[in-house]
Amino acid sequence: MSASPALVELRGITRRFGAVRAVDGVSLEVRAREVVGLVGESGCGKSTLGRIVSRILEPTAGERLWKARPYREYEGNGARAERLAIQMIFQDPYASLNPRMRIVDIVGEAPVVHGLIAAAERAQYVASLLARVGMDASLMRRFPHQFSGGQRSRIGIARALAVKPLFLVCDEAVAALDVSIQAQVLNLFMRLREELALTYLFISHDLGVVRHLSDRVVVMYLGRVVESGPTAELYAKPNHPYTQALIAEVPRIDARHRAYVPIRGEIPSPLDPPGGCHFHPRCPHAFARCREEAPALREIAPGRQSACHLNESRTP
Amino acid sequence: MSAPLLDVEGLRTHFFTREGVVKAVDDVSLRLERGRILGLVGESGSGKSMTGYSILGLVDPPGRIVEGRIALNGLELTTLGQEGWRKLRGERIAMIFQDPMMTLNPVLRIDTQMVEAVLAHQRIPRSAALERCRDALERVGIASPGERLRAYPHQFSGGMRQRVAIAIAILNRPDLIIADEPTTALDVTVQGQILSEMQSLCRESGTGLIWITHDLSVVAGLADDISVMYAGRVVESGPVDDVLDRPMHPYTRGLLDSVPSRNAPGAPLSQIRGMTPSLLGLGEGCAFRTRCSRAVDACRATPAARSPAAGRSLRCVNPVP
Amino acid sequence: MRIPAEEAAFAAAQAPTESPWRRFAAEFAQSRLALAGLAVFAVIALVAIAAPVISPQNPYDLAQLDVLDSKLSPGEQSAAGKTYWLGTDDQGRDMLSGIFYGLRISLSVGIASTVIALALGLVLGLAAAYFDGWVDAVVMRVADIQLSFPAILIALVLLAVMGQGVGKIIAALVTVQWAYYARTVRSAALVEREKEYIEAARALALSQPRIVFRHLLPNCLPPLIVVATVQVAHAISLEATLSFLGLGLPITEPSLGLLIANGFQYLLSGKYWISFYPGLALLATIGSINLVADQLRDVLNPRLRK
Repeated sequence: MSASPALVELRGITRRFGAVRAVDGVSLEVRAREVVGLVGESGCGKSTLGRIVSRILEPTAGERLWKARPYREYEGNGARAERLAIQMIFQDPYASLNPRMRIVDIVGEAPVVHGLIAAAERAQYVASLLARVGMDASLMRRFPHQFSGGQRSRIGIARALAVKPLFLVCDEAVAALDVSIQAQVLNLFMRLREELALTYLFISHDLGVVRHLSDRVVVMYLGRVVESGPTAELYAKPNHPYTQALIAEVPRIDARHRAYVPIRGEIPSPLDPPGGCHFHPRCPHAFARCREEAPALREIAPGRQSACHLNESRTP
Repeated sequence: MSAPLLDVEGLRTHFFTREGVVKAVDDVSLRLERGRILGLVGESGSGKSMTGYSILGLVDPPGRIVEGRIALNGLELTTLGQEGWRKLRGERIAMIFQDPMMTLNPVLRIDTQMVEAVLAHQRIPRSAALERCRDALERVGIASPGERLRAYPHQFSGGMRQRVAIAIAILNRPDLIIADEPTTALDVTVQGQILSEMQSLCRESGTGLIWITHDLSVVAGLADDISVMYAGRVVESGPVDDVLDRPMHPYTRGLLDSVPSRNAPGAPLSQIRGMTPSLLGLGEGCAFRTRCSRAVDACRATPAARSPAAGRSLRCVNPVP
Repeated sequence: MRIPAEEAAFAAAQAPTESPWRRFAAEFAQSRLALAGLAVFAVIALVAIAAPVISPQNPYDLAQLDVLDSKLSPGEQSAAGKTYWLGTDDQGRDMLSGIFYGLRISLSVGIASTVIALALGLVLGLAAAYFDGWVDAVVMRVADIQLSFPAILIALVLLAVMGQGVGKIIAALVTVQWAYYARTVRSAALVEREKEYIEAARALALSQPRIVFRHLLPNCLPPLIVVATVQVAHAISLEATLSFLGLGLPITEPSLGLLIANGFQYLLSGKYWISFYPGLALLATIGSINLVADQLRDVLNPRLRK
C-alpha cells in the first residue's frame, strides 16, 4: 500500500446510547484520495460511525484525528475551513433537504454564511455547482418537493460541495434510489473524485455498489470491525465467517433459481449482544473460545485485518 | 389446457387528479400458473405496485380500474362487489407489503390478529385456529412459535415482523400471494432467509406468487418468469433465464448493464440517461423513447405487445438484436 | 417507500412550478363551508376595525346616552326619533353600537393575546426541543403544571390580583395560553430535529440560532397555525366568560361578555335582545374562526407527510 498520510484516523471509538454500544472500540483510517467502503447490516454501527466522523455526533470514548491532529484542535473560529472539510451525503433524499427552502438557499446558505463567497455571487455560485452535479441551473428557485429522488440526491451533493470539502462521508447515499438513477449518481461520485481530488468514506449495505467504488473495504458487525482489506482481495477470499456469509448471501443476476442456504439465526439485538465474539451464535465454525473471548483485530496479511480466533488456530 | 391461476388482460388503472389523468397502469397483461413465481420488475413510477393493488381491488379514489379483465381461476374480479372482495382477500388472494406494519396492528397480540384472520373466513373452533397459526409461524421459520404468538409486534425485529406478515398471508392457504417489495427494507442475510422460505412454500403448496421488486438480482434467484414494467406498461416479459440472458427491450438491457456487478470495478457504470417521465399527461408513443439509444421515428406510435418468440412478449419496434 | 397514491400525487407535483401559496389557497378553497366561515369572519373583522366610524352612537360616551331610551326593543324609535335597530340596554345604550365596539374589543384582545402567547410559547417550545436536558425539563414541567389547572381558574386568580383592564386581561390570557403553543411546537420540533436536513445544517457548521430559527422553526409552523387559529376563538370565548363574570374588562370598556351579563336579568322578562344579540355576535365570531381552523388543519396536515 502507498504510504500517503491518513486524512482521517479513528482510534478506539466507542459510542453508547444508554445501554446500547452502537460502536464498540473501532479503529480505522482513511488515506487521502482513498475510497473506503464501510459495510454491515442493521445494528452494526456504520451510520453512527459516519456521523462521528463528520462531527454530527460525539463519541463516548476514543480519539478522532484530522490531518494527524485531534478534532478538538479545530474548534475555534480560525479553523472553520478545516471543520467544513468533512461533509456528509445523506440517505433519504426526502428528509435531507429542508422542505421550506428553495434550492438556491439550501445550497447557497453555508458558503455565504461562512464568507466563502459574497452574498451577491450566490446565484451564480449555486448555478455552477448545480451544473457540476448535472442539474439544470434554471431550477434553483424551486422547492425540494418539486424534484425526483435522484435530483434531490444531486442537490444534496451540491450542498456538500458548496463548502469546498476534502472528505465526503456518504451514508447509504444511493440506497433509496432506483437502479438506473443509482448508476448515474455513482458515476457522479466517481467523476467528482477525480475532478476535485476527494476522499470518501462510503457507507452502504449494498456489497455490489461498494465493490465497484471502493479501494478498501471495512466490514462491521454489531459495533465492531470484523474484517478489512483491499476490495478485490476481500471479495475474492473473505477471511471472517461473517464476511463469507455476507458475500455468499448477496443475490446476483447470474445466480438463477438459487437454492438459498441462509445463515441461521437473526442479528442479535444491540441491547444484549452475545458475549465473546458477537458472531459466535450464528457462526458455523464457532468453538469454546469464541464464547468467552472477543477476538482482536489482527493483521493476517499485508493490508488485511480480521478479528477471528480461527486465524490464530491456523499455525502458518 | 386448464385455465391459468391468474389471467390479467388489458388492465388499465387511472387516477383522476386535479392536474389531470395519471395512467398508473396502462394496458397490462399477465399470466400466472399454479406454483409458479412471477417477478414483476420496475422502478418507481412504473406502476408495478399499482398493478398489485389493482388485482386485489385496493385502488382508492381518485383512482379506479377503467378497463380490463382480471380472472382468478376463472372468476372475474373486476365485477366483484364489496362482499365478494371481502371473502376473497385473505383467503384466495393474500398480499404482503413492504412495511409489515401495514399488515400488523401494533396494539394487538400476534395470536389475536392471526386467529382473527382465520376466523374471518372459516367457522372452526378457536383452538383449531390457534393450531393453524402455530403451524404457519413454524413454516416461516420462527422458533418457539407458541411463545411468540403471545407477543406484540413491537417485540419483534423488522425481519421477524415481515415473517409474521407472511405467515398471516399463508394462513388460509391462498391460491395467489402478491408480495410488494417485502424484503427491500431488510438486511441481506434476513432477505436470504425469507426468499428461501417463500420459495419452498410455493413449491410445496402450489401457491402462485407475484414478487414485485426493483431488484433484478432477487428476481433472478427466485422467479420462474419475469415481467418488466416502465411508465405503466409491461415492456417485456418471458421466462427469467431468457429475458436476463437475452434481453430484447432497450430498457431491460439498460437496467442489466447498469448493475455494478456487470461493470469492471472502478470504471464508469453503464447508465440510462435522463429520468422516468411524469405519468401525468403521458401521450402517445413509447414512454422510453426520450432515454433510448435505439429510438426511431416509429417509436412515436405506442408499440403494441407482440410475441417475438415462444413465451415472450415485447413492446418495442426496434429491439436489441 | 412511497405508496402508489402518493406516487400519482408526486407525478402531478412534478408538473409546472406552482407557488406554494397559490396551491395552499386552492386547497383551502375546496371547502365551501370554510370559505363561508372566512367570509363571515372577514365581515366581523371589518366591523370591528371600523366600529368608531360606522356605529350610530358611541355607547361609552356617557354624554350621548339618555337613560329615558333604555330598554327599547329592536326597531323601536326613541322619543327623539332615533331608530335603535337592535334595541337598547338598561342604560340606554344602542345595542348595535355596543356590539360593534364589543366585537372590536373581543377581537383585539383575542388576537393580541394569541400572538403574544404564540411568540412566547414558540421560543420556549423550540428551546426545549433543541437543547433538551434541563431546559426541556424545566419548561415542560412548568407547562404541565399550568395546563393541569382550568384556564378560568388561573385567569380569575390573576385578575383578582392584578385588577381590571385591557392590558391585564391580555396578560392573563397569555399566561393561560402559552403552554399549548410550547407543547405543540416542542412535539413538532422533536420530530423535525431528527431529520437529516438538520444534521446537514450541523455538518455545514451553521450556528445554533440559525439552525433553530431558519431551519427548525419554519417546519414546525403548520401545526402551530392550526392551534393558533383555534386558540383565537378560545381566547375570545375566555375573555367573554371573564367579562360575564364581572372580572374582565371594566364597565367603561364593555366587551360582548359584559353586554351579555347586563342583559341576563332581563332575559325572562321578555327583553331578550340585550343578551341575545351580543350572544349571537359572539357565536358568529367563534363559529367562523372554527370553520376556518378546521379547513386549515385538513389542508396543512397531508403536507406534513411529504
